Amino acid sequence: MADHLLEVRGLSVDFHTAQGTVHAVRDVHWYLDRGECLAILGESGSGKSVSASAIMNLIDCPPGEIVSGEILFDGRDLLKMSNEDRRQLNGKRIAMIFQDPLSHLNPVYTVGWQIEEIMTAHGTPRDQARARCLELLERVGIPEFASKVDAYPHQFSGGQRQRLMIAMALALKPDILVADEPTTALDVTVQAQILALLEELQQETGMGLLLITHDLGVVAEVADRVVVMNSGQIVETGSASDVYANPRHPYTKKLIGAVPGSGEITEPLDTGITPILEINGLTKHFGAFAALENASLTVLPGETVAVVGESGSGKSTLAKTLLRLEDATSGEALWQGRDLVTMPPKELFALRRDIQMVFQDPTQSLNPRMTVYDIVSEGFAIHPEILPKAQWKDRVRDLLDQVGLEAGHMHRYPHQFSGGQRQRIAIARALALEPKLIVCDEAVSALDVSIQAQVIDLLTDLQDRLGLSYLFIAHDLPLVRDFAHRVVVMQGGRIVEQGPVAQIFDAPRMEYTRNLMAASLHPDPAVQAERRRARLAMQEAS
Amino acid sequence: MTSTDSKTTPDAPPAYISVLRMLWRDKFAFTAAIFLLVVIFGAIFGPMLLEDVATKQNLRGRNAPIFDFSRPWVYWLGADALGRPLLARIIVASQNTIMVAAGAVFCSLTIGTCLGLIAGYTSRLPSQIIMRLADIIMSFPSLLLAVLVLYMLPPSVFNLVIVLAITRLPVYLRTARAEVLEVRERMFVQAAIVMGASGSRIVFRHILPVILPTVLTIATLDFALVVLVESSLSFLGIGIQPPEITWGLMVSQGRPYLTSAWWLSFWPGLAIVLTTLSLNLLSNWMRTALDPVQRWRLEMRRKKNG
Repeated sequence: MADHLLEVRGLSVDFHTAQGTVHAVRDVHWYLDRGECLAILGESGSGKSVSASAIMNLIDCPPGEIVSGEILFDGRDLLKMSNEDRRQLNGKRIAMIFQDPLSHLNPVYTVGWQIEEIMTAHGTPRDQARARCLELLERVGIPEFASKVDAYPHQFSGGQRQRLMIAMALALKPDILVADEPTTALDVTVQAQILALLEELQQETGMGLLLITHDLGVVAEVADRVVVMNSGQIVETGSASDVYANPRHPYTKKLIGAVPGSGEITEPLDTGITPILEINGLTKHFGAFAALENASLTVLPGETVAVVGESGSGKSTLAKTLLRLEDATSGEALWQGRDLVTMPPKELFALRRDIQMVFQDPTQSLNPRMTVYDIVSEGFAIHPEILPKAQWKDRVRDLLDQVGLEAGHMHRYPHQFSGGQRQRIAIARALALEPKLIVCDEAVSALDVSIQAQVIDLLTDLQDRLGLSYLFIAHDLPLVRDFAHRVVVMQGGRIVEQGPVAQIFDAPRMEYTRNLMAASLHPDPAVQAERRRARLAMQEAS
Repeated sequence: MTSTDSKTTPDAPPAYISVLRMLWRDKFAFTAAIFLLVVIFGAIFGPMLLEDVATKQNLRGRNAPIFDFSRPWVYWLGADALGRPLLARIIVASQNTIMVAAGAVFCSLTIGTCLGLIAGYTSRLPSQIIMRLADIIMSFPSLLLAVLVLYMLPPSVFNLVIVLAITRLPVYLRTARAEVLEVRERMFVQAAIVMGASGSRIVFRHILPVILPTVLTIATLDFALVVLVESSLSFLGIGIQPPEITWGLMVSQGRPYLTSAWWLSFWPGLAIVLTTLSLNLLSNWMRTALDPVQRWRLEMRRKKNG
């Protein structure tokens, strides 16, 4: 048998929970060669992270149990080695970077100290460690690295923190870098930069890169080969372009089919209709910082207006100001002719029924101590004029039915539902008040791709039936392309461009919009290769 | 996750049955609950039945040894320096002790939590006033405060409760406020605001249930502390005065005899410890039982056992 750098053979891991034994992964085989990038693709709960955790000795036993299998690294079975031996390998020969760099950097030490610690822990003298640390910071592209070496993690942006994590991982020139969703928490443009950096570094050092992701776009961008996982089993494996072009397993087909960005573009609505919402020059300052500057847009009845932008672009501030969760500094937001911003509380209370919100993370937006019935019917309790109490139960039943949940589950608590179901509960809660406009603040970005598609279908369906308008805040461009009528692009608190979907996507006028489009990842490796060439050309030109 | 196994049947057993069932799953909590019931029973009916026995002096039986089964049952735990039966005295003393401790803990818990909710949820000014008030109470040695107040007011159960409640107030106030500040930023609170929920609805429906387990846990820990503070006040002569008795007072009365008759302090001390321990176990159970996310831990065992 050919010698691979790392090989996982017949790995099965169980977790013993109170609800019984969960087979996290079953009989998983894959290998990684030097200088190659292998992506493990799967949705949440597919067990894609488990084999990586097994490699890094991060599985807690109990409740975890490695039932069978071996992990061969350089011909030695990691699972048979002592903890001390594995500690010697971890960090030195096999390094890992995580999704959320902030929670993996210790806030009370300087980043320089933390990078050096990896090296000193494995026996490098401190002065050499310092030199190597500076070299690394320069390599991963931290600006003014010589002075930033003594800064603390909170002084860096999200993308820079991920660069720091990469520097830390590369400190000892590992043979394998395991990257667990390394760019999921980052903006598209930053994501593209980090992926490019990872690829460059891999080519430079010849290490093997194991990338764990849920994003077909990321796979298309960097992976050579891909392993597709579903509920603990490998359903398909092959080269990235092959798997995308000819998926054999139904699950892979479903996954590729669910990826947004290839559907038909929705035609913009007739502009002759009176807008339901008209925002003029809305501004919000936090002290001297302008989170939202002079934003103006309109929403027509039955229209979906998407607000896209990267983090810090002011799109969430726009939503919060509109819903009076924050008070605007200046400007107006006319709701059917009445100004929301200056409205007295009493009038605002009545208007709350018309404008509802669906939040990003349904785990946090649903009170964990209330049953689904309590959550959905709370709107009736707050606005008693909607419905007499005797009909609450029937109405909640209807609403749950409408969003595709079983009405019999109304006495359960939110934690008993999956992420997608929870978001449906949140939508049912919003619908209970019979709103005309629903503000969706990244309402689907915490969900898996296939679930995302279902929720979007639900929203579209509800719009058709109830004539709802949506203000859809998102960072995911392909999703917006399929779903919205019009797009508003924001940057640094300002609206830089707005127009119908076709115009923004096919002929963006502003450079920022073009950058955003170029950085977003397409699931097709062939398309993605094309885009990369275009992006590089753009970089060279500028 | 658990979408298949926990099907709630429409006609589930009434609430009190399922509560009792969950209590039965946790054997420690169950024992604790039984013990506390006994204590409460003793506190209510003890003085009525045993008052005379407990105060009757018997100088021939001074510091009578424990486990002398030839005597009547009230003497089985020994007798104190004046020959009064310890068992009877512990039962009689439980009334005052429980009244003072439970009263003080309850008052400080409710008032402190309410003020904490106000301080955490309202605007700056009321919050500042409440917090500075708490600072003043905290910076004042609690014993000194008690001495001052009780010097002016006659020592009685009621006054003692007030003094103890005031001194323990800041603990609840600060904890509640800190928790409120965190919980009010959570998404579900924002979702309620967007729906137009009023301030009181948000505080009582959304915030209070989340912070309640924390303050209840503090309250059970505080119970023992209050019992001991009460005993030290009584020892100083400004708390409960003999011939009235409390457990704390009994502990301090037994102090001079620790070398010759340790049981004088031991039994009332044990009563304090067991009561507090039971409260702790019960509050621990309650925290799990009240939390829908954790409740399965208590419901699970049912499936395993049955």
